[in-house]
Amino acid sequence: MEIREGLYYSKDHEWVRIEGDRAYIGITDYAQDSLGSIVYVEIPKEGKALSKGEVLSVVESVKAASDIFAPISGTVVEINQALADNPELINESPYENYIAIMSFENADDLSDLLSPTQYEELTKGE
Amino acid sequence: MMRDERLIFEKSVEGRIGYSLPENDVPVVNPEELFAGQMLRKADPEIPELSEVDVIRHYTNLSKRNYGVDSGFYPLGSCTMKYNPKINEDIASMEGIAQMHPLQNPLSAQGNLEILYRMDKYLSEILGMERVTLQPAAGAQGEMTGLMIIKAYHMYRLDSKRIKIIVPDSSHGTNPASAALAGFEVVHIPSDDKGCVDIKALEDILDDTVAGLMLTNPNTLGLFEEDILQISKMVHECGGLLYYDGANMNAIMGIARPGDMGFDIAHLNLHKTFSTPHGGGGPGSGPIGVVKELVPFLPVPLVEKENDYYVLDYERPLSIGKVKSFYGNFGIILRAYSYIRTMGAQGLKTASQAAVLNANYIRKKLEDLYEIPQNRICMHEFVLSAQRQAKNGITALEIAKNLLDEGIHPPTIYFPLIVHEAMMIEPTETESPETLDAFIEIMRRIAIKAQDDPESLKNAPKTTYVSRLDEVKAARTPVLRWKK
Repeated sequence: MEIREGLYYSKDHEWVRIEGDRAYIGITDYAQDSLGSIVYVEIPKEGKALSKGEVLSVVESVKAASDIFAPISGTVVEINQALADNPELINESPYENYIAIMSFENADDLSDLLSPTQYEELTKGE
Repeated sequence: MMRDERLIFEKSVEGRIGYSLPENDVPVVNPEELFAGQMLRKADPEIPELSEVDVIRHYTNLSKRNYGVDSGFYPLGSCTMKYNPKINEDIASMEGIAQMHPLQNPLSAQGNLEILYRMDKYLSEILGMERVTLQPAAGAQGEMTGLMIIKAYHMYRLDSKRIKIIVPDSSHGTNPASAALAGFEVVHIPSDDKGCVDIKALEDILDDTVAGLMLTNPNTLGLFEEDILQISKMVHECGGLLYYDGANMNAIMGIARPGDMGFDIAHLNLHKTFSTPHGGGGPGSGPIGVVKELVPFLPVPLVEKENDYYVLDYERPLSIGKVKSFYGNFGIILRAYSYIRTMGAQGLKTASQAAVLNANYIRKKLEDLYEIPQNRICMHEFVLSAQRQAKNGITALEIAKNLLDEGIHPPTIYFPLIVHEAMMIEPTETESPETLDAFIEIMRRIAIKAQDDPESLKNAPKTTYVSRLDEVKAARTPVLRWKK
């Protein structure tokens, strides 16, 4: 199971990559592996403002449908349209295929996200 | 073997018919003279053209591919696939009952109304509730009805800030879905390490914005929520109501009652607990019972007894209205009535006891080969984890596919979501010790093969009509209708 350095992780198995004032958000390798073959990704609406913990998207696999929660507060500034037709891209490379880019507004939002080491601990416990 | 797998449309031969009509002895009328032009379709409908024997063979062969509880063991967890006694069908096809029209004058439908009236009483007794509406057509509609009643109750008290419904993370997917559909905000609470509601997490979330809590008891892990009295006290103290998801009622009929546990609303799945057909075998039925305080909000009509007559009572000003045409799926309510009457009070209790015993028997006989995350006395079902087998590539899915080759309908897999590689096994009271032993033996053989020769288990099923289906492709690019 790959856990990438340089990313922030949520307890709900989302990753966040900060690039300036943009936050890339996707689901982790552990999450895609647990879900199995993904058959549908709900593409969030650009411009949608979300508070941390609100539902950003829904990912559906052959096993289950899972809510994807916004790991930070902000506005959806860009989406990954490719996932609409090819949801399996998340299975193939979860860290390359973000679900949305949100505006990164408050550095405090990162404080309760997990480091790669902490996230590794979490997945071992599950 | 001469197998013809074509669709009935593909078997059509132009001009072939399955009937011969005598020569017409009445004048032919041109439909265009009777209807305005726009009411008529421009082209004939494309109906398959076949002979009678073509049609009979087509459907007979399709029916042979069906698998139901009448063909074999069906331990599909959470679904209570118990045998549906055929006496239910005899009763349901009695002319005097079956030939009634729902718009008939109630005075000429006293017998049917009496059945509804009695059913309200029986189910109220089983649930420990004041009154029952028989209208909802299935469990999920019962949930929806219950949530509408919760909303109506809070609004009636002018308590409009209650917008949250709490559901545990082990809940049936319909619970959060129904709550969202009814306009509530859904709040999930985690389970504790015993697989039950985490009391601390519940405490943290309870405030004056909580409209209610939805709970299955026993829960989806097949475990009785032992803290239920404390949970209901906590929810009531903050002003919320408790909704009982009756999916797992088969564990506790005649033994424990949701009303006594502190629930305010409860649904029953007649097609689970009360032996009426599931899915393709017929429509469902999801009556809900409520405590006294909520009776005014029940859907209309309720059947009341006035003097010596049964009447349909529509004069209920606080009612949420109708949730289904007429009086619910009467034919199904009737079958459940037949079941209750043939079983009797003691019989229902014995059924629950046998259902619990059967589940525990299988659990004990598999516990050395499979991981069972909550390995203690369970109720009518239990959840095992195929994690040990999955290390060799034999996941819950692979085990399920191998069970198909053994002529068994697999258990529910990958639910509840809080157990990895979950297999949820519910044998029901229907099964004999011989059937249970045969299933146990097969499950043990699969576990041993998963250890010694996992390759031999891959690519199942091999003996079924169709082999492994591409579930991913079916979900991503489904072909939903036939096209020329």
